[in-house]
Amino acid sequence: MSPMLHSILAFVQTWWVELLCAVLIVLVVPLIAVYIVLVERKAMADMRARLGPMRVGPHGLLQPIADALKLLFKEDLIPDNADQFIFWLAPVLSMTAALTSMGAVAIGPWFQVARDINIGLLFVVGVGALGPFGIVLGGWASNNHYSIIGALRSTAQLISYETTAGFALVSGFLLAGTLNVRAIVETQRTDQAWYVFLAPVGFFTYLIAWIAETNRAPFDLPEAESELVAGYMTEYSGFRWSLYFLAEYANMIVVASVGTTLFLGGWLRPFPNVRWLAGLDAAPTLLLAAVGAYCVFRAGKQPARAQSMFMWAVAFGCFVVAAIFTLALPFSHLPLERMHDGLYGAFWFLLKVSAYIYIFMWLRFTLPRFRFDQLMRLGWHILIPLALVNVVDVGIALALSSEFGINRWVAMVITTAATLGAAMLLLHWNDKYAAAASAALLTDSSIAEDTHAG
Amino acid sequence: MLDSVIFYFFAGIAVVSAVLMITRRNAIHSAIFLITTLLATAGIFLQLRAEFLFISQIILYVGGIMVLFIFAIMLVRLDVPLPQIRSRTQKWIALLVALAVGLEAGVVIWLARKVPGQGLLIPNAAPADKLAPNTEELAKTLFGTYLLPFEIASVLLLVAMVGAVVMAKKRTDA
Amino acid sequence: MPIGHYLFLSLALFLIGAIGVITRRNVIIVLMSIELILNAVNINLVAFSRYFGDVAGQVFALFIIADAAAEAAVGLGIIIAFFRNRETVLADEMDLLKW
Repeated sequence: MSPMLHSILAFVQTWWVELLCAVLIVLVVPLIAVYIVLVERKAMADMRARLGPMRVGPHGLLQPIADALKLLFKEDLIPDNADQFIFWLAPVLSMTAALTSMGAVAIGPWFQVARDINIGLLFVVGVGALGPFGIVLGGWASNNHYSIIGALRSTAQLISYETTAGFALVSGFLLAGTLNVRAIVETQRTDQAWYVFLAPVGFFTYLIAWIAETNRAPFDLPEAESELVAGYMTEYSGFRWSLYFLAEYANMIVVASVGTTLFLGGWLRPFPNVRWLAGLDAAPTLLLAAVGAYCVFRAGKQPARAQSMFMWAVAFGCFVVAAIFTLALPFSHLPLERMHDGLYGAFWFLLKVSAYIYIFMWLRFTLPRFRFDQLMRLGWHILIPLALVNVVDVGIALALSSEFGINRWVAMVITTAATLGAAMLLLHWNDKYAAAASAALLTDSSIAEDTHAG
Repeated sequence: MLDSVIFYFFAGIAVVSAVLMITRRNAIHSAIFLITTLLATAGIFLQLRAEFLFISQIILYVGGIMVLFIFAIMLVRLDVPLPQIRSRTQKWIALLVALAVGLEAGVVIWLARKVPGQGLLIPNAAPADKLAPNTEELAKTLFGTYLLPFEIASVLLLVAMVGAVVMAKKRTDA
Repeated sequence: MPIGHYLFLSLALFLIGAIGVITRRNVIIVLMSIELILNAVNINLVAFSRYFGDVAGQVFALFIIADAAAEAAVGLGIIIAFFRNRETVLADEMDLLKW
């Protein structure tokens, strides 16, 4: 056994950082996912002029913990005729896919589990594509009509938008010239532009397609509470349901991370090469200090002693982290100096990911749900042609700039204009179709009676 | 050393779930065991440093073909276990033939390992850290030497897609 | 690691797939066994590609995966069309050509 033990020890010695990151991902991401749920409830309440969870803990901050405890203590029900093995397997599959795909995502230049893997982002996307299995198997194993309809709808939606999602990523990969995560961010630094500015239509299609892929509103018909009870999650309760729920929010984090890496410059600060804007390096410290100062300001005004103690604790935490950031500056000659890239990179990355997730939530609160046929039509008739035209145009722009020496920005502007023209044409055709369909609907009375269904 | 452990791990999973796959009565259970076999095969590709093929297997085979299978099984209502008539002779003949073929091929592979230069040429693998980046190498070869087969494969996929849609459509009698 | 290990694995999977094709009555499981056979061939190709240092084996394996997708799609289309006509997926009962 000794050579085996030696090789295991050598393995751990070389890869201990990555193993630590992996353990952190499995422990911390579910916790972050539940707190994103809380942020969503608070933001949703704020947009509707109410307060959201306020009772459990100061300003409802312990609400996710209470929810988690409740779900853990709930009775574990398995329907009688359900397939026991697959009923158990389905949420596990969803959660495993979501967490494994987080492995290749680089949060800042130092935190990555699958370090320098050649296929980088494709790994994230590919393993994330195993998530739909959990959905369809869970819906089928529940032995329930609502579940299976929800599961089939969800899977149909997911495979419809997978093509668009892939093409949107391809347009980003064309610009980057590589699949390696670190190299993609480095090329954005050397090209001195985030790829969202070079390929805005690509980012737009990416945004929409991945909202559909993660079953978020306005594409959340599979889990529409008012229509299908809870879709494929109907028969799941307690811990199994929480696994599905967490898998959905973990997928959201993964999608935001991939979008940030490919389109929003990853862990680069805004204008990374511009020398006179180097003052932006102080932004993390200033931001955290501002949040700490605000907490101090509000601490005195809290009605209950527990709440003001909590505010003081948060302010203290903010100032400590701000101090760490200050000490990690490159000219401080302190041991924290080595962690400068890692810390600041992680800060900017997490800031961009939070902004992206906020956009996810914003769209959920504002837009009404798509009907299933509208959803299918959008996916197949509008988004796939648009994504295809976008890829062709990005390719043409790159060919123009490398073969004919036209400036990259000029080429990109020309081809983006062409793509937008194609988008206008697609929408025009869609409007004509929709007008014809509703005209047919009005003349056919037997169908008009049925407008309340689906 | 670690390479061997990883290989045996994935190989064991592949063989065990393949055997389970062909012996289940419920078609969905068979599909799930095929999924585990395919994932284990993908793991073996990764162990052979074929990274692009590893992710292609997961995206195309598991994420595409198996979803198609599961959809078909659910739409055709095949999830109920069908009564199996035990045709004993057929099973024993199949096992016998498989054993015979296996023994024959196994003896060939086993004998070849001892005589490099005589019979089968079995070279040694290049050390893993001296390999060229896999995706770039694959792309150069695919779009260089094998461009025509690539284009023909895309036409094949188009034909298959049209054919499958036409065949599976419900006939609305005119 | 000698290449023989990969060849043995490929042989085992191939034979298991062949047994599945011969013994099972349910044609969908027969199709799945065919996919298993194709995977066994893929392992063989990729193992040789690694040991000879030629990436053409991986290119061939990629083509086989694309081909398997096309074949699975068409095969399932046929099965669904047949099921609509005869309500069965058992190979024993697909005997329309018998005289």
